[in-house]
Amino acid sequence: MNLFRTLIIIFLFQFKAYALIEVDITRGNLNPLPIAVSPLSSDKDSLDNFEKILKKKDIGSEISIIVESNLKQTGLFNPLEKDAFLQKPEIAHLKPRFEDWALIKAQALITGKVEIIDEKLRVEFRLWDVLAAKEMLALAFTTVPTNWRRVGHILSDKIYERLTGEKGYFDTRIIYVAEEGPKTKRIKKLAIMDQDGFNLKYLTLGNELVLTPRFNPTNQMVTYLSYFRNLPRVYLLDIETGEQEVVGDFPGMTFAPRFSPDGKKIIMSFAMDGNSDIYTMDLENRVVERITNYPSIDTSPSYSPDGKHIAFNSDRSKYQQIYVMRSDGSNVKRISFGNGLYGTPVWSPRGDLIAFTKLHKGKFYIGVMRTDGSGERLLTENYYQEAPSWSPNGRVLIFYRETKTDEKGEGFSAKLWSIDLTGYNERQVLTKTDASDPSWSSLLSN
Amino acid sequence: MYKNIAISTCFHLLIIILATLSLPFLIKKPIELPPIVSIELIQITDKTNIPFAPKAKKIIEKIKKKEERVISEQAPPKKIKKEKPDAVPLPDKKVEKVKKIEEKKQNPEKIETEIKQVSEFEKKELFDPNNIAALIDKSKENIAETTKITKKITQSQDRNIEPRGLSLNEEDALKAQIFGCWSIPLGLPYNESLLVRIKLQLKPDGTVIKSEILDHAKMNKPGQGFYKVLAESALRAIRLCQPLRVPTTGYDRWKDLQLNFDASEMLGG
Repeated sequence: MNLFRTLIIIFLFQFKAYALIEVDITRGNLNPLPIAVSPLSSDKDSLDNFEKILKKKDIGSEISIIVESNLKQTGLFNPLEKDAFLQKPEIAHLKPRFEDWALIKAQALITGKVEIIDEKLRVEFRLWDVLAAKEMLALAFTTVPTNWRRVGHILSDKIYERLTGEKGYFDTRIIYVAEEGPKTKRIKKLAIMDQDGFNLKYLTLGNELVLTPRFNPTNQMVTYLSYFRNLPRVYLLDIETGEQEVVGDFPGMTFAPRFSPDGKKIIMSFAMDGNSDIYTMDLENRVVERITNYPSIDTSPSYSPDGKHIAFNSDRSKYQQIYVMRSDGSNVKRISFGNGLYGTPVWSPRGDLIAFTKLHKGKFYIGVMRTDGSGERLLTENYYQEAPSWSPNGRVLIFYRETKTDEKGEGFSAKLWSIDLTGYNERQVLTKTDASDPSWSSLLSN
Repeated sequence: MYKNIAISTCFHLLIIILATLSLPFLIKKPIELPPIVSIELIQITDKTNIPFAPKAKKIIEKIKKKEERVISEQAPPKKIKKEKPDAVPLPDKKVEKVKKIEEKKQNPEKIETEIKQVSEFEKKELFDPNNIAALIDKSKENIAETTKITKKITQSQDRNIEPRGLSLNEEDALKAQIFGCWSIPLGLPYNESLLVRIKLQLKPDGTVIKSEILDHAKMNKPGQGFYKVLAESALRAIRLCQPLRVPTTGYDRWKDLQLNFDASEMLGG
């Protein structure tokens, strides 16, 4: 009996020794992370050099403002007011007094130094975890001084990646169609700018109508639609050299072009006699391949990031819906089954989602669904909006939105907007003129 | 003819006997439903933390004083108690500290000191399967320090009355606090497992002595960069929330605590 009791006791004693209370935390807040971006410090010589070379006095502050606004527009960070900072930038960069930063509720801190060495700009920065009182990241860049804005973007990318676990999208550019003039006589030009709206350049003069520019994911090439001998045709443009050419000698109209993920092919629609099908063209050997062959309008093709599948929209089931097929055109499957019309499918660079435009009961929606069509989520609704394009990390969509024309024929506008996958962080992307058909480049620093 | 009937009867009887033995519902009486007893739901923490009415408090204090006197009169065991720990290489200081804290707090558990008067014999009688925890501690004391038996038993019985883990209220309070502190990094891939388990060692006031990520190896795995971000966010939440909202009593229960941070529910789909 005693032995039996001892055994029970030993067993239970063991149990007790390891019985650890576990508490499951399944909820948190989605509030933006409070972050302090201390201005990057500079010595006196460097300040003089900035003035001489860049005609700007305090590049350190300017870079910190770029970082701050980049992080703020993600909706994931809350940059704190600089007036509340207790520690000087140059001292904070050496060794932050974490208590001071914790006092103003900062959870992360960015400090840095910028100087000119041998006529080159050297930027050094550190990211600190204020609560853990330790350094999370430290990097230095050297570049030509005129590149200082890009340094701000690269820095933002590194910070974003370290704090969120996914790549950033700040060192990128956006190409779009800049529009001017009354609705009936619009002048449309190809325009390119940094993702924050700076460094705007026009790539075409506005003599011809341009539509649907798309970036090559691997380099600085752009494909777009313009008119050639009064027929819409797909063009190819090298941003660096300004050279452009018509893609393929098709007897009819070609439209809705897009690059393959490796940048070696262009996929597009070719229409003749009321029927449109999907074709690819190899940019190296100019071989054209027909992908779909169906008596319906098949258009807006978009490759999956691995290049194995293609999403497109077709009205083969009477109404326009989204379909997915293998890249050779086999195994066509319809994936959208909701009410309304679905169009412009775009495969996410992460490969997990397909963004689309939906028209239902006179309203336009931008939404996402999984690649098998499940989990449809409508992110934003408006009078007219379309053409979503993914940020290179697959977190944000940029699209354009048009406003209604009033009775006098006024009030029309077209603007670029962005929305993240949560659907909460919707922002207008400021452009100098009206804008449509945006396309987001991949990261320039890659 | 008779032989066949006899054989048949035998077999029938055998089947009936087997059925009676093996199919218990045949011998069971129809289940009588017990009368429904209405109960009043009382939240455990509320009950244990309810401050005593002034009158009751006075009475309890009186009882306590009496008990103390009784204990001091029964001096011999106490003396040995003080001497023994020095000889035994156990973390006695800690034990004493905890006890001091517990003694300082005039909480309702102290009423249990009445049980101290129960003799060894009676204690044995008290044993029942639901009271195993008491035995465990008793055995522990038997091995380590023989003199504290009575006092320890009362404590373990206390523990037996209390819930083993945190009560729902206690858990909710802690959860609610951490929910407010945990900023979930929105960039996490929602189709991956987003669970981070963190083991904490706490002080009685809820401040963290030590925090340890249990799946530490996962942190630096290629392609698992998000895990590091998630783990860091969880640690930030703990630091931000310090001191944690832990129960005022039963430090032994929760001095080691494991928090399982799971972001998949928030970010899923």
